[in-house]
Amino acid sequence: MSTSTNNKHGQKRVVVTGMGWITPLGHEIDAVWKRLLNSESGMGPTTRFDARTFPTNFCAEVRNYTIDRFVKDARVHASAGLNSQFALGAACQAWKQAGLDGFAGLNRKRVGLYLGAGEGVLDFDNYAAANLAGWNAEQRKVDGVPWADTAHKVLEKMCEVEQEPNMPLAHLAREFGIRGPALNCLTACAASTQAIGEAFSLIQRGDADVMISGGTHTMIHVLGVTGFNRLTALSTSKGDPTKASRPFDATRDGFVMGEGSGMIVIESLEHALARGATPLAEVAGYGSSADAFRITDIHPEGRGGAASMHMALAQAGIDPHARRTDGRAAIDYISAHGTGTKENDSIETKGVKRVFGEHAKDIPMSSIKSMMGHLIAAAGAVEFITCVMAIRDGMLPPTINYGTPDPALDLDYVPNKARASKVDICLSNSFGFGGQNDTLVVKRFA
Amino acid sequence: MSRRRVVITGLGPVSAHGLGIEPLWSALCEGRSALAPLRSFDARGFAAASGGELPESYDVKDLVPKSYRKATKVMARDIEIAVGGALHAVTDAGLRTRGNDPDNPPTIPADRFGCHIGAGLIAADLDELTAALATSKDAAGKFDPGHWGQQGMQELTPLWLLKYLPNMLACHVTIIHDCQGPSNTITCNEASSGLSLAESQRVIERGAADACLSGGADSKLNPMAYLRQELAGRLAQCAADEDATRKVKPFDPTSPGALVGEGGGILVLEAEETAKSRGARIHAVLAGTGASQSWCDDTVGLVPDATGESLADAIEAALRDAGIAPDAIDAIIPYGCGVPALDALEAKALERVFGAGLPAKPIVTLAPSIGATVAGFGTIAVAVAVKCLSEQRLPARLNSASTGNLCAAAAPSEARALRQILVCTPSLGGQNSAVVISRA
Repeated sequence: MSTSTNNKHGQKRVVVTGMGWITPLGHEIDAVWKRLLNSESGMGPTTRFDARTFPTNFCAEVRNYTIDRFVKDARVHASAGLNSQFALGAACQAWKQAGLDGFAGLNRKRVGLYLGAGEGVLDFDNYAAANLAGWNAEQRKVDGVPWADTAHKVLEKMCEVEQEPNMPLAHLAREFGIRGPALNCLTACAASTQAIGEAFSLIQRGDADVMISGGTHTMIHVLGVTGFNRLTALSTSKGDPTKASRPFDATRDGFVMGEGSGMIVIESLEHALARGATPLAEVAGYGSSADAFRITDIHPEGRGGAASMHMALAQAGIDPHARRTDGRAAIDYISAHGTGTKENDSIETKGVKRVFGEHAKDIPMSSIKSMMGHLIAAAGAVEFITCVMAIRDGMLPPTINYGTPDPALDLDYVPNKARASKVDICLSNSFGFGGQNDTLVVKRFA
Repeated sequence: MSRRRVVITGLGPVSAHGLGIEPLWSALCEGRSALAPLRSFDARGFAAASGGELPESYDVKDLVPKSYRKATKVMARDIEIAVGGALHAVTDAGLRTRGNDPDNPPTIPADRFGCHIGAGLIAADLDELTAALATSKDAAGKFDPGHWGQQGMQELTPLWLLKYLPNMLACHVTIIHDCQGPSNTITCNEASSGLSLAESQRVIERGAADACLSGGADSKLNPMAYLRQELAGRLAQCAADEDATRKVKPFDPTSPGALVGEGGGILVLEAEETAKSRGARIHAVLAGTGASQSWCDDTVGLVPDATGESLADAIEAALRDAGIAPDAIDAIIPYGCGVPALDALEAKALERVFGAGLPAKPIVTLAPSIGATVAGFGTIAVAVAVKCLSEQRLPARLNSASTGNLCAAAAPSEARALRQILVCTPSLGGQNSAVVISRA
């Protein structure tokens, strides 16, 4: 094998060898991909709690899912919350595709985990009951003793412990016997892009040979929807929920909540080749930045997003202003953060123009959040997987519900219909509430 | 391949002894404990009514630029700790930032300044939330989602959610000090701070930043987070009229459990060449870090790994990273929270790594003085390690009597030749972190 396992800077090359996801559009890589290319929507009325009177009463829920057909022994995950359940299904697919399931030579101390998993779901009804039991209306405060008395009766140990955001790590470690470095980050909507980037960095540093990375999250619960409704970040469109998520469209009015998990196995190329694994794509660059602007607003010129894109492209050795020999722009596709909020989509567009200049208009950029909603911490991983699929099949997923162009948003958003295209290099953006930005560059393995 | 060395140039620990290393260090050396009955809520309904609360004098409004005071309204306690620690750390490091000197150019260019702050699961303020929930009760006094969706939720301030997102620690700090480089929020319970310091190290090594504000913060001193500590088996029985200062006995099998302290803070980590070129005082070297994941029989790690094997792996990885042998470690700061099964895990791990040399390695115990500081632990412990190295002194140890082959029994502070100190912790969830700090 003449393939060099280091890049030209002498750093280890890192490849993707397995992928899996649990999403509102299904629980299997190819089936969900097909639905994305068919412009299908996963939105519907909210069923996880009674949201009928909420400003937003629709979302994209994972349906008909249990871990049973994925894990070895569901009993050891009996207490798992939804985040861990989604993570297990997605990671089992990735682990299997990577061929690690039956690989006897695996050194589990050289296998790590880096997830961008969200916090678990509150046991809301019981929590609210304890709060109301402790409420002292005169003093407008919760009295500790009656609160504790009720809480001790109604709140259950495992349900509380499982809400810690590092619990998906514990479940995946248990499932796969992983003993290497294990981390979870929670940078809001940027988390799983950041997790993949840092997992890549850990492998390059030599701290692990193989990492499971990705994200998992649901905020489809009373206080999650309340929080985003109060921030006026969610779409409050009336009528057909499948039309509510309208990234880059002039009539966009907020994001639609999704839930689920995307997981990948990445490993050093050296390790992958030595065990005869098939690289699906190469992780070529990662950038991370902070807006350092305001907790509620994105920097108006897209400064932070542009910085993370620049950093990722620089690491991948890509000059955003150079054309390739066949005349193509420097990259073939951008998986947008594209939430469908007024602010994000216009600033992301500005940021992309800032990075790619006059070439920006030649780079298709779409948002699958139009179809599966915003998976919050898990969004980046799912979108990264989309990029790998785009490279595999030479197909770009669309931004659906694009009907009314916004005059200031003048890039190619792959409106409404999937498109065949030559795809070798993709960039995936995720921007977190509060200003943490992350970008990955993924390319065809060659 | 040679790699960039990472040094520590600023200390901003926050603990029950207050802001900064000095009040903490003098209390530790004098053997004073800050554990006391909790003030911020009535904890008599819980196993322990005492813990390590920040002093009443700690007011975040004094610790932000005037122009930023309004934003303190959307800061959970955890965020307040990170924000105060950050200001203290940059000032200690002699850095000019937008936060302490907005009229002059910053010492570290904004795009070369990163920020990694570990966090816990932040619980909502019950008084604020319940005031809103109480408007949406049905006839039976139960929560009514129909009313809530239509009306009740309007009682919450629009920015309510932002108080509790764990990434807001880093977001406020990056905004105040204008850190535009890589920024992350690691949420691995007790391992959060150590893993954040390791991430800053990695980011500086790979050249993505020249300096980072790094650390972690946590406050479990509110009813919901406190209950979770209790359910996880962490709290000692300690009534309000008992002497909390004598309660916690790290590594002594008779210890009744832990008392929880709030705290954490920020350290300034910097590429050695950046620190040297600006003539900074180098407190110590972040010589190596290691991480691992434990196998947990109960999956989630409520039952600690009795073998200590994975924590030992993390410690050995940190030693390798630092390029030193176990012999070169002169003192150890473990989590040592006083929960016997967790302490036993740590003791086992240390035995695996240090073998016959273990009884000669003094252990520094923080928990009897400030409580178990969860996601804030690694930051406080590394700040104490730095001070031990610069003062060539060990703080006093409190309370413990019989600690097996660990040198962890009560003892006064003593002068000691120290070259390298190990800080390590396991976590609920199974992630382990180890950090080696070397004398500057």
